[in-house]
Amino acid sequence: MVRVKFFASLREQFGAGDLDLPLRPGMSVSDVWAAAAGQPMPEHVLMARNLEYVQGDCAVEDGDEIAFFPPVTGGAA
Amino acid sequence: MIEIRSQAFDPWQEIPAYQAAHPELKTRAGASAAFVGTMRDFNQDERVDTLFLEHYPGMTDKHLTAIRDEAMQRWPLLGAMILHRIGEVHPGDPIVLVAVWSAHRAAAFEACRFIMEDLKSKAPFWKKETLQQGERWVESNTPGYSN
Repeated sequence: MVRVKFFASLREQFGAGDLDLPLRPGMSVSDVWAAAAGQPMPEHVLMARNLEYVQGDCAVEDGDEIAFFPPVTGGAA
Repeated sequence: MIEIRSQAFDPWQEIPAYQAAHPELKTRAGASAAFVGTMRDFNQDERVDTLFLEHYPGMTDKHLTAIRDEAMQRWPLLGAMILHRIGEVHPGDPIVLVAVWSAHRAAAFEACRFIMEDLKSKAPFWKKETLQQGERWVESNTPGYSN
């Protein structure tokens, strides 16, 4: 299984709860997006695998936590 | 010290509290530099009433710790703290405090700047603004360097 999380505007669009997806052989982070979101990925979406930034072609393993979120906007001024 | 806090804080109480907990700074640190980022009541020509700050529990703390550790490696720092708000924030409330201590000023100025800029580009935080009519997610940060 793969756990999927969305944050900020993507969380509002695709749901706040964690989503569990069955892992398919050869699955990449982009494949997880396609299976979870069911639509093309918008530009500038950031991806993380197990709390580290990755690119869409990163391979996914059983038990991974995959997160999708918009550009980060912390701090102030 | 790395902390993500859901309650309002006063940076000018947090800094002496950190110093009191690290008494060696008092005589060894010849320089300290602090940056405080505060919520404004205007953004992109619109009045902003409140701000909601979201984070990614686990990943945000991990990246703040990594940013602090990198600063400690690149500069001879004696201490460093990062305190960042989450939750509902009001105009005038501090959002982030970065403070560093070192023997000399160059390391303090440079490391404080580095931590702040790296935080803004890497740490997973997101801001949603409540306007007088409706709300919107802040889509990108303003650049930190003026040239």
